[in-house]
Amino acid sequence: MAKIYNLLLCAGASCISSGGYSFRDKLVEELKKHNIENMVNIVETGCVGICELGPVVIVYPDGVFYKKLKPEDAKDIVEEHLLKGRVVGRLLYKEKDSEKIVQQASQIPFFQKQLKIVLRNCGIINPESLEEYIGKDGYSALAKVLTEMKPEDVIKEIKDSGLRGRGGAGFPTGLKWELVRNSKGGEKYVICNADEGDPGAFMDRSVLEGDPFSVIEAMTIAGYAVGAKQGYIYVRAEYPLAIKRLRSAIKKAYEENLLGKNIFGQNFDFDLEIRVGAGAFVCGEETALMHSVEGQRGTPSPKPPFPADRGLFGKPTLINNVETYANVCQIILKGSKWFSSIGTEKSKGTKVFALAGAINNTGLVEVPMGTTLKEMVYEIGGGLPNDKKFKAAQIGGPSGGCIPEEYIDTPLDYESVKKLGTIIGSGGLIVMSEDTCMVDLAKYFLEFTQDESCGKCPSCRIGTKKMLEILNRISKGRAKVEELDLLIHLGEQISKTALCGLGQTAPNPVLSTLKYFKDEYLEHINEKKCRAGVCFKKKK
Amino acid sequence: MKLKKEELLEQLKEEIKKHPKGQKDLIEVLHKTQELFGYIPQEAISLISKELGVYRSVIYGVITFYHFFTLQPPSKYNVKVCLGTACYVKGADKILNTLKRELNVELEQTTEDGLFKIQGARCLGACGLAPVMMVDEEVYGKLTEDKVIQIINEYREKASEEVK
Repeated sequence: MAKIYNLLLCAGASCISSGGYSFRDKLVEELKKHNIENMVNIVETGCVGICELGPVVIVYPDGVFYKKLKPEDAKDIVEEHLLKGRVVGRLLYKEKDSEKIVQQASQIPFFQKQLKIVLRNCGIINPESLEEYIGKDGYSALAKVLTEMKPEDVIKEIKDSGLRGRGGAGFPTGLKWELVRNSKGGEKYVICNADEGDPGAFMDRSVLEGDPFSVIEAMTIAGYAVGAKQGYIYVRAEYPLAIKRLRSAIKKAYEENLLGKNIFGQNFDFDLEIRVGAGAFVCGEETALMHSVEGQRGTPSPKPPFPADRGLFGKPTLINNVETYANVCQIILKGSKWFSSIGTEKSKGTKVFALAGAINNTGLVEVPMGTTLKEMVYEIGGGLPNDKKFKAAQIGGPSGGCIPEEYIDTPLDYESVKKLGTIIGSGGLIVMSEDTCMVDLAKYFLEFTQDESCGKCPSCRIGTKKMLEILNRISKGRAKVEELDLLIHLGEQISKTALCGLGQTAPNPVLSTLKYFKDEYLEHINEKKCRAGVCFKKKK
Repeated sequence: MKLKKEELLEQLKEEIKKHPKGQKDLIEVLHKTQELFGYIPQEAISLISKELGVYRSVIYGVITFYHFFTLQPPSKYNVKVCLGTACYVKGADKILNTLKRELNVELEQTTEDGLFKIQGARCLGACGLAPVMMVDEEVYGKLTEDKVIQIINEYREKASEEVK
């Protein structure tokens, strides 16, 4: 009998932890009970993005979106929806203000504003199925590259698209590929940086869990373009599900000769291995990461030499992050013109943001570059809970800074955000209301970087510690006003002298909160007052 | 049935043989080691050093750099001795020394039988009961040297009953 219904069950890490699998088991049980398991196809997909509402299921062909499912809801879905064709009203999404009930996933505002390139397959296909990936144009990009394009053509296409690195620095991807291609030396390597360590960012995890083949295919294309035969994916040990799905995907790709010798029958070999990290934030820095792949302590090295000249095992190495690779196949298939038509003048394409903090719809969103912060917070994010007032958004994790309310109309692209003293970074976006103390926020991030400082260069190791000591004194009301200048001085010195990108950006959360919320710092020092009511709690 | 250390080492040796000599796959091997033992024992370091041809000091350096790896076996019970000011005044050092002597370990070490690991805590916030220690979530106050030994023995009995 043909399958009548397709149930897309989100099997992202977030939905699984909210009980997605117990719902699935109950669902299977109910289907068996009514003897209709042959009519229904349950597809476990990657992250749908709206983690706040998990576990979620989308029922096709109707496209009905059910949220916050508990095992006992399986009975209703089977008996009402699947058997009688009646939608289960109480499990549908309700709009915050109008209380309007929304039935279709595509009509939920959270999804409407989004444009999915990187996350195109997440929540749509079974991440462990090569057939489903191929069904969504998977491996047509690699086929095109290997049969129709010269390596130079591939690089030109990527260059023309205007794609820039999504890991933080925003370096033009095509240029990086060209540098590695032109670098002398026989052996070359391709690395995928999947050591997503920023607290609050989880887009790379979602791509790896939801669409692992897209990264594998893109890395193979990159290998062809730069002239490398060996690739490594460096995944952090904290992502066991991503590692499992990648392993399974790599195995299947080898079985179908999409990795290994003479791929697609062409004169091109490419091998891919996974390297599992071991819990060190600094390994997200490219030189540190490469040392870790070599089996060493993951401390950074000075640049130059850049990885494109001397990287892994001293050979020219291309290193890009997961989200960057996830764009590649679409650019090859749809062309650089299509890609560069999305976004702003200098920031092309889309960016995935991880929305978190004081916001109604937490989760992953992919929007064209240049979408304003206001749209992110109020339209996609659904505003702040309990109608709290927006105070600022912290963007770019511990390497970034904050955007205060007065700049809420800022378009989120590399240049505009940089002007405000922060970075897009990996795309963590934490929304804060009046309940957040900016001194405490700066302290939180600095505690993190201080704890994760690898200790190789003194400006990071000692500098961040000194800054943290001052912040601790401020939050206890024991600092002097002059120390604010010292804080800025220290921060600027660390930015200039630290060995690696993580050290250089470590003072950013402090410098940026000091820039926009100096009055709060002064209140702590002069009046021993914390307007958010976070510090000085013990005295109450 | 839990495998003996020697058998696990034998398994590890087979595992290492799948990897090339040198430091390149060291972190992979360490992951495997920790998977097998639950931590990285000294004997394993010696074995890895011999099989891969990497100095023990280098291996030690890598292990201590990454948060994920631990040199201490996981313990069944976690003992936290408060070393805050109030407890210190009331003789926390004596409590700590008694524990060290009784269990024959230093701070942050796990006992031979895998039952206890002792850690120092800054302040457990039970200063009125000083000196204080915690075993997992349970707080024990007004400790004396005898009382500490008595508590440890209670947990030893509890553990041996569970085995039965």
